[in-house]
Amino acid sequence: MISLEHVSKVYETRRGPYNVFEDVSFTLPRGRNLGILGRNGAGKSTMIRLISGAERPTTGRIRRGMRVSWPLAFVGAFAHNLTGLDNLKFVCRVYGVNHKPLLPFIEDFTELGPFLREPVLHYSHGMMTRLAFALSMAIEFDCFLIDEAMIVGDARFHERCQYELFHKRKDRAFILVSHDANAIKTYCENAVVLAEGRLHSFPNVDAAYAYYLETLAQKPEAMERWRM
Amino acid sequence: MTAIGELPFFQCLAIQSRVLRALFLRELITRYGRDNLGVLWLIGEPMIFTLGVATIWSLAGLAHGGTGIPIVAFAVTGYSSVLMWRNATSHCTTGIEENKPLLFHRSVLIIDVFFTRIALEIIGATGSLIVLSFFFTFIGWMPMPDNLLMVIGGWFMLAWFGASLALLAGAGTAFSSLVHRLWHPIAYLLFPMSGAAFMVDWLPSKLQYLVLFLPMVHGVELLRHGYFGNVVQTHYDIGYMAECCLALSLCGMYVVREAGRRVEFG
Repeated sequence: MISLEHVSKVYETRRGPYNVFEDVSFTLPRGRNLGILGRNGAGKSTMIRLISGAERPTTGRIRRGMRVSWPLAFVGAFAHNLTGLDNLKFVCRVYGVNHKPLLPFIEDFTELGPFLREPVLHYSHGMMTRLAFALSMAIEFDCFLIDEAMIVGDARFHERCQYELFHKRKDRAFILVSHDANAIKTYCENAVVLAEGRLHSFPNVDAAYAYYLETLAQKPEAMERWRM
Repeated sequence: MTAIGELPFFQCLAIQSRVLRALFLRELITRYGRDNLGVLWLIGEPMIFTLGVATIWSLAGLAHGGTGIPIVAFAVTGYSSVLMWRNATSHCTTGIEENKPLLFHRSVLIIDVFFTRIALEIIGATGSLIVLSFFFTFIGWMPMPDNLLMVIGGWFMLAWFGASLALLAGAGTAFSSLVHRLWHPIAYLLFPMSGAAFMVDWLPSKLQYLVLFLPMVHGVELLRHGYFGNVVQTHYDIGYMAECCLALSLCGMYVVREAGRRVEFG
């Protein structure tokens, strides 16, 4: 189970403290899933970073009672002068996993061929994303954190990602954040909306989507989130 | 996988040691690669520095107060000491920035990044000192250490000082980039005062009093007392140096903890 209790995140800016969101609480039991809808700048990626533990909340508490992934397909953590394989070895060492049994899957999924043994700096963004996604699949997690905006690729890649995540691992929990309701409508049992620094809950995905459309129609009121 | 701190101690220890190992290997390959000498550069790089300095000091005939210490031995012990307190800090002041994306893996903490870099620098400087002193002793340019235990003691104190300074400065960069910018001029200015290029005894007593406020001076003096024995007159107070290191370590660990809360990716 993951639980957030009165979580808030404040960033220091030149204008003063800025509330990304405040008083966010929810729980996600093992094997369940949740979609988080929010327009650009609503704080979705920050939410994913907090849940993953990469960043700490300013106030409140986050408990993780299961193995939670890092933000899926995150390409930023690669050392560019190391090969894809060396980067794989690093992640495996951090998670205490032997990399050798994982190689066939990684080679098959990434379709990188000999490039797996070339420095990452020679990769295109798409190649990096494939490697990053394959890495997140190679390590066993109970809950995946998915930022849809990060999983950029062609139709074939998307299809294979969806197969890996939502078919082969359909028993796992996940949190999917997106500014686009399609994926959330397709895969999530429930959804919430992140807007104006608050998390709004709804009885079902359709109600959440209806509210999200309303927030999209409004001008963003970011000024209110500065504490002055 | 729960955050470190909510798990039993030994489990945390296991996680941290595998993270440290992973970071250590990654840093080693990232920095030196697999081409030519590869990881041997870890020792090679400080060796070249030390050799260069030893050559220049020998050519310049740096005054050694008529004490009869071989100049090469003086340079090797002196410059190796500088490597100990300077390099770990220099590398730690860029540690957060260069490793920030790794913190996306929850079990990787900034203290692990610092420990890795400190360990690498200490290993490099120690390896360089051992190789050079073996070599110069073998060809007869350096005497055998008079009291090996004292040498190791001095070296350990310098390592402690370097490590605690590195923690404090490295974590300080999370609060202000000034720390990184100021460290290089500070290190440059501290070098001539650090006891590497002189013995405290050569200085006028007023200057001795001032220079002995610098903790690393005590370490270098102890190291040289151990190396050259009573041929040289040394001035040091290891109690004072230990107090400074302890204070730096405590401040360092506190600032590291606070820095961990501040790191943002945004």
